[in-house]
Amino acid sequence: MAQNSQTMYLAIVLAPLFGALLAGFGGKLIGRIGAHMVTIIGVAIAFGLSALTFKGIVFDGAPIYDATVYTWGVIEGVHLEVGFRIDELSSLMMTVVTFISLMVHIYTIGYMHDDPGYQRFFSYISLFTFAMLTLVMSNNFLQLFFGWEAVGVMSYLLIGFWYQRESAIYANLKAFLVNRVGDFGFLLGIAAVLMYFGSLHYATVFETAPLLRDLTIQVFPGVNWSLMSVICILLFIGAMGKSAQMPLHVWLPDSMEGPTPISALIHAATMVTAGIFMVARMSPLFELSETALSVVMVIGAITALAMGLVGIVQNDIKRVIAYSTLSQLGYMTVALGASAYAGAIFHLATHAFFKALLFLGAGSVIIAMHHDQDIRNMGGLRKYMPITWLTALIGSIALIGFPGFSGFFSKDLIIEAVHHSGLPGSGFAYFSVLAGVFITALYSFRMYFLVFHGKERMSASVRSSLRETRAVVTAPLIMLAIPSVIIGWLGIESVLTGELFGPSIAVLPGHDVLGAIAADFHGAGSFVLHGITGAPFVLAMAGVAVAWYLYLARPELPERIKQSFGLLYNVLDQKYGFDRFNGFFFAGGARGIGTVLWRGGDAAVIDGLLVNGSARTVAWLASVVRHLQSGFLFHYALAMILGLLLMITWFVTL
Amino acid sequence: MIALSDFLILGAIMFCLGVAGIYINRKNLIILMMSLELMLLAVNINFVAFSHYLGDVAGQIFVFFILTVAAAEAAIGLAILVVLFRNRQTINVGELDSLKG
Amino acid sequence: MVEQLVFYALSGILVFAGSMVVTVRNPIHAALFLVLSFFTTAGIWLLLDAEFLAMTLVLVYVGAVMVLFLFVIMMLDVNLVVLREGFSRYLPVGILIAVLLGLELSMVVGASQFGLDIVPAPAHHGAGYSNIEELGSVLYTVYVYPFEIASVLLLVAIVAAIALSLGEHRKNRKGQRPEEQVAVNRKDRVRLVQMAAERPDSDTP
Repeated sequence: MAQNSQTMYLAIVLAPLFGALLAGFGGKLIGRIGAHMVTIIGVAIAFGLSALTFKGIVFDGAPIYDATVYTWGVIEGVHLEVGFRIDELSSLMMTVVTFISLMVHIYTIGYMHDDPGYQRFFSYISLFTFAMLTLVMSNNFLQLFFGWEAVGVMSYLLIGFWYQRESAIYANLKAFLVNRVGDFGFLLGIAAVLMYFGSLHYATVFETAPLLRDLTIQVFPGVNWSLMSVICILLFIGAMGKSAQMPLHVWLPDSMEGPTPISALIHAATMVTAGIFMVARMSPLFELSETALSVVMVIGAITALAMGLVGIVQNDIKRVIAYSTLSQLGYMTVALGASAYAGAIFHLATHAFFKALLFLGAGSVIIAMHHDQDIRNMGGLRKYMPITWLTALIGSIALIGFPGFSGFFSKDLIIEAVHHSGLPGSGFAYFSVLAGVFITALYSFRMYFLVFHGKERMSASVRSSLRETRAVVTAPLIMLAIPSVIIGWLGIESVLTGELFGPSIAVLPGHDVLGAIAADFHGAGSFVLHGITGAPFVLAMAGVAVAWYLYLARPELPERIKQSFGLLYNVLDQKYGFDRFNGFFFAGGARGIGTVLWRGGDAAVIDGLLVNGSARTVAWLASVVRHLQSGFLFHYALAMILGLLLMITWFVTL
Repeated sequence: MIALSDFLILGAIMFCLGVAGIYINRKNLIILMMSLELMLLAVNINFVAFSHYLGDVAGQIFVFFILTVAAAEAAIGLAILVVLFRNRQTINVGELDSLKG
Repeated sequence: MVEQLVFYALSGILVFAGSMVVTVRNPIHAALFLVLSFFTTAGIWLLLDAEFLAMTLVLVYVGAVMVLFLFVIMMLDVNLVVLREGFSRYLPVGILIAVLLGLELSMVVGASQFGLDIVPAPAHHGAGYSNIEELGSVLYTVYVYPFEIASVLLLVAIVAAIALSLGEHRKNRKGQRPEEQVAVNRKDRVRLVQMAAERPDSDTP
């Protein structure tokens, strides 16, 4: 059995890799159809087997698999290994990742139809799937880091997929650099784990962790910090980079320079959730440090609120969704901070479906609009694109958390969990997530109304060619719309009771906010009923109503508001000035230091003083010494005689 | 009885004559070579004297080899001298400064 | 006592001859004074019971090396005036250096270090003593390898001297050209001449 499952898990990981290699290196040979066939089959195999694994682990009670597949090296007792840990958490992630990836693969056939880099694109996204699976299935920190960096690389390659666009190059460089900041913390965290635990294996580390709970270390002399807090905050810095939490969020909106399927797959559904997944995976560590949990919660709350606000003023359809993603990632982070890891992962899963749906819907709109992404030029698309309209509506409703849709269950769960949390900062977090509900509804339906309803603002030539997109585009939309509706019903109970994740997530009794909610839980139906009477629902409806009033009923109002609140609008439009600050302080500062080092260090000291200086010194010395070389024999003889005289004098006086 | 030091001082004097010859006759290559022979002779006197006074025949063996090498040196040196004269029409050391730096 | 007289006489001649070598105007005279100094040195070596080396010095140095010197001096047409220039200018410094060096060397090897009371003079060997035999028995056993090397060195010196003085560019060089000798044809060398048979003179008997 163990042997069989190992083969199966290897197949899950390697099938997309195989497809990627074939499409990447043999792209010319197998052609466009061959490229998408081979990658789709690879990902389909991975999805099928993942679903099988998920069923086996969660429903049939198959044992948790945790074994090493390959030992790369052993250094002084530290094993560097490739291994799998397949439990409830990772099997869920595997299923979500492969499902979204499969949908995106199919969708890409339509979206990238005319692109010359067709095979390359399929190779990249398959390779990304491989990287994400190694990250998720890992049983040790090293492989986690490998997957972590590999998805980073694929993200870099895919944001810059249209590498002839300057803005794309700028965006992928930015994403890469900002992620490096996070990865630096992550790497330090892993190093600290290795230093104090002497192992990189999850199970070993988690077992030993409670023993080191009260250990303090001195990072700076004289300052005692809890080891667990240091490790967890360092790891969380990594998560901040990958999951785009403030202030490392700046790369995510720019990453929309990539093709839309990528925005859906990587920058909404899977990769950005790697940080959330990682923190959930490290729950046995995070549970030991309330400081770290508080930091996580506050950062998440700030992100959830602030990024939602920016989403209101954006005009690029993809950027609106991108800021929405940032805001939702903030929600997940808040849930992590409140120890509602299961809630975070639950929201991660539901969000993956409806956010991928929204992105792919936006992509569909973009195709129809001939790659015009400005929502001010859209309007009234409902009657031209019925399938896209309907699925986008479902996605939007799911996003704002309308009772009954998947977003409702997961988001309400998070809000409730924060409400129950007693950690420092939970009050602020509760306010943020509640306000976030209103804001989410406002920007989602602003976009929805502007795109699908109201006056048709596009040019006549575009309007004449408007029509529903091809089946390869709409089919994934429908496939994603279904789970966006139902997944909440199916999941909520097992999440609350802890059945779904079992022992893969550890929560200390004092932090068990989900357990507290579960005590009042009487089935999904009553949860919905309870939700309708709650504050979040009222806020969400208010958001929708405001959006309707501002953008459908009185379309001239937003302009007036913009003028009367010019300062506030500017702050939001500038995204709080993060980009400008980073550009001025970090990029400019680095350039300044670089110039100083180049002029002063490289040109003056190294080139001038050391390299040319030593050469000049030798040349000068030689030009002096050469006068000693007269070429006359008797001069040399004289020198010898004088030397002899000196030597004998020395002997005599000795 | 003659003391060992007498022979050694004789050798020293001959050596100094050789050195002075090198210094004084700085232009004439042939005299320079003769001065060299004088210095070698001084060294040989020392060897033979030590050999006699210390009762060790090895000193004489060394003189034997020095004579051999000096003969070879003289032969080659004079050959070089001839070639030099053939090429430059002079043996004036003051004109031989191709090695000037 | 006689021995001492002989030693001082020979030493005086030697120092005189040596100083003449480095000061005389004519190189031929210098060479001849060098011959004189070799002869006197040979005499001094005889006082030290080194008969073989004394003979060798006379034979090799006087007979071969100094003759070579003389040959070269006579062969080269040297301008003595040019070669002597600066002589009087350098003489005082040269003497100063020589005296300084001599004084210092004398301090090192003087009577206080190697006097009779420190190194007593050994007795002279008897009439049956053979210096050649003693030298030979050591030279061909203990020093056989250096001896061989010395012989090779002499060979190299011979070859080098010949190669140097023969030169590469001499027009009237005489030598064989083996490649031409091998490539020669019969018709280049042999010419057959057809002629009438000669009749012997009738008037000779």
